[in-house]
Amino acid sequence: MTAYLDHAATTPIFPEAAAAMSERLAATGNPSSLHASGRAARRIVEESRERIAAALGCRPGEVVFTSGGTEADNLAIKGMLWSRRAEDERHRRVVSTAIEHHAVLDPLQWLADTGEADIELIPVDAAARLDPDALRARIDVDPDSVALVSVMWANNEVGTIEPVEEVVAIAAEHGIPVHTDAVQAIGQVPVDFAASGVDALTLTGHKIGGPYGVGALVVRRELAPTPVLHGGGQERDLRSGTLDTPAIVGFAAACELAVKRQADEAARLSALRDRLVERVLAVVPDAVLNGDPESRLPGNAHLSFPGCEGDALLMLLDARGVECSTGSACDAGVPQASHVLLAMGADEAAARSSLRFSLGHTSTDADVDTLVEAIGPAVERARAAGQAGARP
Amino acid sequence: MSGGVDSAVAAARAAEAGHDVTGIHLALSRNPKSYRTGARGCCTIEDSNDARRAADVIGIPFYVWDMSDRFHADVVEDFVQEYAAGRTPNPCLRCNEKIKFAAVLERALALGFDAVATGHYAQLRRGVDGLMELHRAVDGGKDQSYVLGVLTQEQLRHSLFPLGDTPKPEVRAEASRRGLQVAEKPDSHDICFISDGDTGGWLADKLDDVNRGGEIVDSAGEVLGEHEGSWRFTIGQRKGLRIGRPAPDGRPRYVLDIEPVSGTVTVGSREELAVSGLECVHPLWCGTAPSAALECTVQLRAHGEEHRAVVLPAQEGFSVALRDQAAGIAPGQACVVYEGSRVVGSGTISRTSRAGVPA
Repeated sequence: MTAYLDHAATTPIFPEAAAAMSERLAATGNPSSLHASGRAARRIVEESRERIAAALGCRPGEVVFTSGGTEADNLAIKGMLWSRRAEDERHRRVVSTAIEHHAVLDPLQWLADTGEADIELIPVDAAARLDPDALRARIDVDPDSVALVSVMWANNEVGTIEPVEEVVAIAAEHGIPVHTDAVQAIGQVPVDFAASGVDALTLTGHKIGGPYGVGALVVRRELAPTPVLHGGGQERDLRSGTLDTPAIVGFAAACELAVKRQADEAARLSALRDRLVERVLAVVPDAVLNGDPESRLPGNAHLSFPGCEGDALLMLLDARGVECSTGSACDAGVPQASHVLLAMGADEAAARSSLRFSLGHTSTDADVDTLVEAIGPAVERARAAGQAGARP
Repeated sequence: MSGGVDSAVAAARAAEAGHDVTGIHLALSRNPKSYRTGARGCCTIEDSNDARRAADVIGIPFYVWDMSDRFHADVVEDFVQEYAAGRTPNPCLRCNEKIKFAAVLERALALGFDAVATGHYAQLRRGVDGLMELHRAVDGGKDQSYVLGVLTQEQLRHSLFPLGDTPKPEVRAEASRRGLQVAEKPDSHDICFISDGDTGGWLADKLDDVNRGGEIVDSAGEVLGEHEGSWRFTIGQRKGLRIGRPAPDGRPRYVLDIEPVSGTVTVGSREELAVSGLECVHPLWCGTAPSAALECTVQLRAHGEEHRAVVLPAQEGFSVALRDQAAGIAPGQACVVYEGSRVVGSGTISRTSRAGVPA
């Protein structure tokens, strides 16, 4: 039996979302068309927008549909830098964290490389939690030069929940807009856009039980990020491109369900996750739980296995039907040490020795049983292999 | 799995034979783009995608193993140092000896695998004494037993060469039949870590400070010209010598010798290139080492011809008396010893003696 423990990579679609999507797949109608077919599609898109807005505590007009989290992050980072710089030439600094997803870090790096912005990444502590004082100090150097602050709601690798509320309070002192990548947070922890005080928030369909290839940037109406994609002027000119009606209706169904079930699921998953950690530690006593032990995503268990290579473990577990992730970015499939663990102060070997097990709506005790059965022999083998062959 | 047709078909055959096969692509550079840009070598993102695609079609798991540090230390650095010392190394042998059938095999065994299977064209047979024997491939034109001549009995016991019994065109046809997209992908030829195939230019970057220039002289010691770095030359080279004056007899001149310390490059006639004897060091035997003079054949470069020879064990390796003279033989090249189609072992050429000229 396969134990799917990689819900943070993608989680199975809710049957309700698949049904809503299927119902619309064969229908014709461009939501931008003026005729009856177009109007029917438009109605579905707008109702979906309203359902998502209700679930997230924002206004419907603040939901900008995109092709997913990466595009939403790019629109937030580049678009808000450009519009803020157009407002005031001094707005050149973007302050973020060292543990962001590559969909934030890489646009930032690109902006730095092309000379468009000055990028400052705030360090985190050993639990991957941003230090708000460090953020305040960086901003205070020259508040008028900060275009944007971007801090993820929860880290995708180690699951630590970031102090977004404090970030918002600090930025608000100087009227600096805040973006947050909440891709991992929706459905796992309570997220209310208006109450949070953030100015822009990224989410994506396939992490919350919806389809792939659709996501959204929720962005306050007062802000007008410069578009990254130009064309037909859809999504109040912020994101051109024909709207994907079937994906959007599936996304809305999933978003609604994920938020509705969040509290119950969080309780169920954190209990299941705690059993997973406890039972793995019983088999491998020197394994180490990474991230914040308390303030973390309920479905996330990120563990280091000293003396093992994460990639070797992943392969051995895969062969035993356990699907998980090293949680690190892959460049042409070349395993790299996780930038998140390095930022948490781990050395290169420790950063390469970890695995992320992430639980979701289909996870059961049977999945944990399968893992617990497999992990002992896998760790033993991986230890024997050690870093064999990887170093001169 | 390099991303080429051979390793893809080898993997498919191994899986079909009932083995529990996992595809491994070796990342030999931390920054794959800096090594190869085309599809000619084995290190590009495109190649790793091709390998992954083939593994998916075969239906086997696929992983990338990062061997870049080992590869750099054991193969690339060695290659540079050998050239700096005036020798002509073969990095493919070195890679087989140190990476594919050492670092990779070691790791695989520790992880619970039994063997490394590759797309090399060579055959393994169990001999009457129970030892594994390495033999030439059926396809003489593609035979790669030469680059495997560094493997010991222990390594051979944990190796599989599923393509040794098949001519290359049939391997391509089989790839196509199996639905592998790489069926028509061109063969790789050059050194995989030199992206544009310009070995001289690549070495110039690495060795610029080490080895500047020197004189080009004839075998009588007369200076004929100057050059910008002895690594630009290999023994037997005829083209690109850039000597202004033609030889008195009007015949082409060849590089006879490279003296790395002084940078002196000696040139002479084709006759002067002929080699009749070799000294070899760093011997590696596939099975039992010969204890007395051995009537055999030797091969002195990849896809080179066979020479009849007598191999005589010596203190640090072995010496070779060539019954058929060889030309353009450089120290650093591997001498692989054969008995019929069977590989006996190999050594690295340390000295050559010219026909009629004692070493």
